[in-house]
Amino acid sequence: MDIKLMGEASQTITEKTSNFFALKPADFHGVIPKLSVQEGDQVKAGSVLFHDKNNERIVFTSPVSGEVTQIKRGARRVIQEICIRRSREMEYENFGSADPNTLSRDEVKDKMVRSGIWPVIRQRPFSIVANPLQTPKSIFISCFDSAPLAPDYGFILKDRLGECQTGLAALAKLTDGKIYLGLRPDSKLAFDQSGNSRIEVNYFTGPHPSGNVGVQICHVDPINKGEIVWYLNPQDLVTIGQLFQTGRYDATRIIALTGSMVTHPCYCRIVRGSSVQEIIADDDQTDNARIISGNVLTGKSVDRHGFLGFYDHQITMIPEGKYHEFLGWGLPGFHKYSTSRTFFSWLTPGKKFRLDTNMHGAERAMVMAGQFERVFPMDIYPNHLIKAILADDIDQMEALGIYEVDEEDFALCEFVDTSKMEIQAIVRKGLDYIRQEMS
Amino acid sequence: MKSLRRFLDKVKPQFQKGGRFEKLSSTFDAFETFLFVPDKVTTNGCHIRDAIDLKRTMATVVIALIPPLLFGIWNVGYQHFQSLGESLSIGANFWYGLGKVLPILIVSYVTGLGIEFIVAQIRGHEVNEGFLVSGILIPLIMPPDVPLWMVAVSTAFAVIIGKEVFGGTGMNILNPALLARAFLFFAYPSEISGDKVWIAEKADAYSGATPLGEALVGNFEKIPDAADLFFGFIPGSIGETSTLAILIGALILLFTGVGSWRIMIPVFLGGYLMGLIFNLWGANDYMRVIPAYEHLFLGGFAFGAVYMATDPVTAAQTTNGKYIYGFLIGFLAILVRVLNPAYPEGMMLAILFMNVFAPLIDHYVVAANIRRRLKRSGRAVVQNTLNV
Repeated sequence: MDIKLMGEASQTITEKTSNFFALKPADFHGVIPKLSVQEGDQVKAGSVLFHDKNNERIVFTSPVSGEVTQIKRGARRVIQEICIRRSREMEYENFGSADPNTLSRDEVKDKMVRSGIWPVIRQRPFSIVANPLQTPKSIFISCFDSAPLAPDYGFILKDRLGECQTGLAALAKLTDGKIYLGLRPDSKLAFDQSGNSRIEVNYFTGPHPSGNVGVQICHVDPINKGEIVWYLNPQDLVTIGQLFQTGRYDATRIIALTGSMVTHPCYCRIVRGSSVQEIIADDDQTDNARIISGNVLTGKSVDRHGFLGFYDHQITMIPEGKYHEFLGWGLPGFHKYSTSRTFFSWLTPGKKFRLDTNMHGAERAMVMAGQFERVFPMDIYPNHLIKAILADDIDQMEALGIYEVDEEDFALCEFVDTSKMEIQAIVRKGLDYIRQEMS
Repeated sequence: MKSLRRFLDKVKPQFQKGGRFEKLSSTFDAFETFLFVPDKVTTNGCHIRDAIDLKRTMATVVIALIPPLLFGIWNVGYQHFQSLGESLSIGANFWYGLGKVLPILIVSYVTGLGIEFIVAQIRGHEVNEGFLVSGILIPLIMPPDVPLWMVAVSTAFAVIIGKEVFGGTGMNILNPALLARAFLFFAYPSEISGDKVWIAEKADAYSGATPLGEALVGNFEKIPDAADLFFGFIPGSIGETSTLAILIGALILLFTGVGSWRIMIPVFLGGYLMGLIFNLWGANDYMRVIPAYEHLFLGGFAFGAVYMATDPVTAAQTTNGKYIYGFLIGFLAILVRVLNPAYPEGMMLAILFMNVFAPLIDHYVVAANIRRRLKRSGRAVVQNTLNV
């Protein structure tokens, strides 16, 4: 289902130079951060900021050079943000350039792990940072994003195919299986598969969530119990390619600035972890907007002084709701967006909507059936899986296919849910519960 | 509206925890959310939400019930005056019918909602909207001459035993409205069956049996023609007689996406098929005389198929399960109707029966999915060992 929203990014790239950056350990599920720096330390792009207590090899490095200004902690001293002020001249750690085709699997891994690029690779099940000690059965890259107002990777990557190709060569070293690229049939991205028979391109049509990597995995090479699949974002191919070509961790990327509260939606060239305030134009600085790092379905809400998430390629600004609506359930609702035709907005099918953050109702018992299946194109029964999670029934969760899903796959279910449940949070809880029980 | 909102905001603290009227918080919440869609916003996860909520869903079903309700009110008057040998204007028929139906409607809502509010308060829940629909369904499946106290007793039974003991809306196994009807049917058989109640205050000499009742005793010549059955100029429960009005409601339900065609259409198919089988079999007059399509117009078949079988809580929930569930309802309804002389109205029993079996159907559909997954991973394990 495609939700038509106002505020699509125009295909122009604005350069944004931010001065403040942060890495947020909470972006990495299951990672317990152990700091390697203190406030006041000088770092280069690629210098280690912290590593994972459970797996000391996995390090997280600074996207820019500069000074560690603040280590922000929350309740129980949990590290929330490691903030860096950028220096005038960018300095990079040198990890050495090399042709990935001539390296062994361990050498490729070692370079990626040391540079801090490794965490761009995540694994299913659980959507956690991949473990470099394991070998996945295959690697998936969805090269288009079908979420509302999502960036167009065909536009972003059109001049970067060289780096992508190097990145693919590196990834090919990491698995004995295939690398699956998911594309739209009309995609302008033309990857060269001639050098490597293990790269396979699949074409997907249809509305959201066809671009979700989970859906693509489910249809191409579904995950069974005990199996591991890795996945990453196509822009990270560029980052990996640059590492091997130049020996640097260059965290530059292009994101889409979108949403009905943005005056001039466009693409921005920024560095990973930029402060949101410096990305948003001055005339859009308002208190009445929800700023989302990511898209409206799965993104995280950040305040104006917050930072872009590690895995996010989009900022969306939509109006906050927080209003009562007199007899709203009984009005015709020409302006209300719904997948059902219970509001008269079905009279205007092509219209783009300006949706806000109101829930449009309070939480209720699960009443409707068959709603989720319409927006959940996997061979899984979402209702039954959610109930198994709510009941903490691990056997049933496994049997119903929890290893194949991630919370983002349930985002549309949460959107359409008449009972207004927080389904993504429920699914995350189930995944975390199983992971804890297994470790 | 602003002043109303201000008033609500002013008195709200008294209904919240620690307030003077804490014990009425569910009641206050029900009225507040009835007047105003809450201002609650999303937190993390999905930042935007579909505009639909349970109130809108239920309101849509109520709208879809209006055609049979209006026709039913008119028909109550029409049948009454017909039995007296009089023929009055549409307005007069409607006016008479309103006097009969409105009290039943009020009794059903007051009893049901009263219990819902009390139970919600005891549990500390918000009041669920489920009864908005049940409250109008119950009068529509009652005979026009039913005593009001029976409506109250059967509604109370349905809400308490059918719904609240299972945990309220969304948790019930049996359709509450049908349970009310079933309770009436089995608790007061002498008052509710036969030919006494289907026409309000009929003349004594006039036969007041429903077409199904006539069929049961073999008076096939007294069954009206198919057009009368389809349009609904026949005695029967208040809302069930007009297949046309019910089909209008069905269109509303299907178009808005609130009702499931995956249940509704198989019910009609199942019923038609069973009717055809009986026609071909032709062991007795009942099987021979009534054509298969007429079965779909008779009694509560259409009403049950459109409004009762599709209740998402008590129906099967999986896609394939719905087809099976719907088909069996139609099939069994006609089977019971024709073969069991004690229950001329097979639809009620067929739906209640399948309500009980819906979880079982779902269980097997889901088990098939689980088996498919196990098989796949079994294959994967074999392949992995071969590779090693």
